[in-house]
Amino acid sequence: MTRDEIREGLAEILEEVAGVNPDDAAEDKSFTDDLDVDSLSMVEVVVAAEERFDVKIPDDEVQNLKTVGDAVSFIEKAGK
Amino acid sequence: MTEVVITGLGATTPLGGDVASTWAAMLDGRSGVGVLAQDWAEQLPVRIAAQLAVDPSEKIERVRMRRLDRSEQIAIIAAREAYADAGLEAIDEDVDKYRLGVCFGSGIGGAITLLAQDDILEASGPRRVSPHTVPMLMPNGPAAWVGLELGAKAGVHAPTSACATGNEAIAWGLDMIRSGRADIVVAGGCEAVIHALPLAGFASMRALSTRNDEPERASRPWDKGRDGFVMGEGAGAVVLERADHAAARGAKVYARLAGAGLTSDGFDIVQPDPEGGIRAMRFALEDAGLTGADVKHVNAHATSTPVGDMGEVRGIKTAIGDHVLLTSTKSMTGHLLGGAGAVESIATILAIKNDVVPPTINLEDPDDALDLEVARGTKRETVVPAALNNSFGFGGHNVSLLFVKA
Repeated sequence: MTRDEIREGLAEILEEVAGVNPDDAAEDKSFTDDLDVDSLSMVEVVVAAEERFDVKIPDDEVQNLKTVGDAVSFIEKAGK
Repeated sequence: MTEVVITGLGATTPLGGDVASTWAAMLDGRSGVGVLAQDWAEQLPVRIAAQLAVDPSEKIERVRMRRLDRSEQIAIIAAREAYADAGLEAIDEDVDKYRLGVCFGSGIGGAITLLAQDDILEASGPRRVSPHTVPMLMPNGPAAWVGLELGAKAGVHAPTSACATGNEAIAWGLDMIRSGRADIVVAGGCEAVIHALPLAGFASMRALSTRNDEPERASRPWDKGRDGFVMGEGAGAVVLERADHAAARGAKVYARLAGAGLTSDGFDIVQPDPEGGIRAMRFALEDAGLTGADVKHVNAHATSTPVGDMGEVRGIKTAIGDHVLLTSTKSMTGHLLGGAGAVESIATILAIKNDVVPPTINLEDPDDALDLEVARGTKRETVVPAALNNSFGFGGHNVSLLFVKA
């Protein structure tokens, strides 16, 4: 799966869970500062991403996923 | 004593998505009861209920809906309408939020969320359980969300007294203003638990009507053919305001909340003791400095159960007198449980404001012991200077509210 495909998948999850406009979900955007995803919604995003991309995202790891790009990179690596 | 008036009303009920449509349907004598078409209803002995006329999704955006239990959604909708109706939305920036309180309850809480998340837990494991589960099912959720929605900082309270909840919340709001803790309180109640488990639970108690073939005729307070209540879902909210505060901002006033009476039976967890209701009605009169003769109309608790309906009638005769004009709007809305007292308070307030008592439908063959006048079948236009609203709840909670013309 390409980075773009992962980003698009994340954008869909962010729209569903947190109402984020898919056009806004660029790699450089911060979940909390730019996209207004609160901590409970972030949990939902993570669980939905695990299911969609068939990866494990440990709770310890979630705090390091500041931006959409961080999440894309993690999923890209974890999926290999 | 501090005078408290009603300056705003809001509701979403089986009869309409707001106060105007609900009230119009009440005056027309329409039933909000229908057949439950959902698959899960097939196995139940009771397959009728009074479902919301307007789905909350029409007023709340999709992402917000996901984070709110249905009871919280309708609490917000009713409270928003009441706040706007009071003219407060328009001057929101000038409302002193440190003097704005909320008293809002639900009888059962977020049962639908609990059940849905339990299904997810069983099917997919704990990691899939929504992180919003706890704030969605906690019984103070509706009050808390209303408080957040309006930015209320004087205090947010969530009374829980089963079917007396809506009235109790309004009584607490009255206390909050009288004690000087707030100038304005948004008060009310809600319930949204039309789902297999709550229906099965009430059905097991033999509390629900099983008139599945004639849903619109199932809620029939005081009728010989009554066989239990019909579960409904809905929310009602009123804006209570210190009278001089309302006058100073030129607010429109629907009525005055002159008194409240709250008692407990100390008798049984489900069986009512009519003596408790009698004391509640008397305390409401005393609190208002009125006598039974002043009360023209009673919006009765009357849920359409064989025992409860007539016990209340005897209580009303003892506490108020035999001159009152009764109605039970539950004949149309079904029983909104935690929302009942609030929606019925709105009906009582509008009866006073408009000098018209909404009808009791389906009262075709009155109980032999019914010797009070009822607005039977059609609305009754008559001057209503003062009226009482009764709500009684499982647990032996009794709350009577006395409203008078402003």
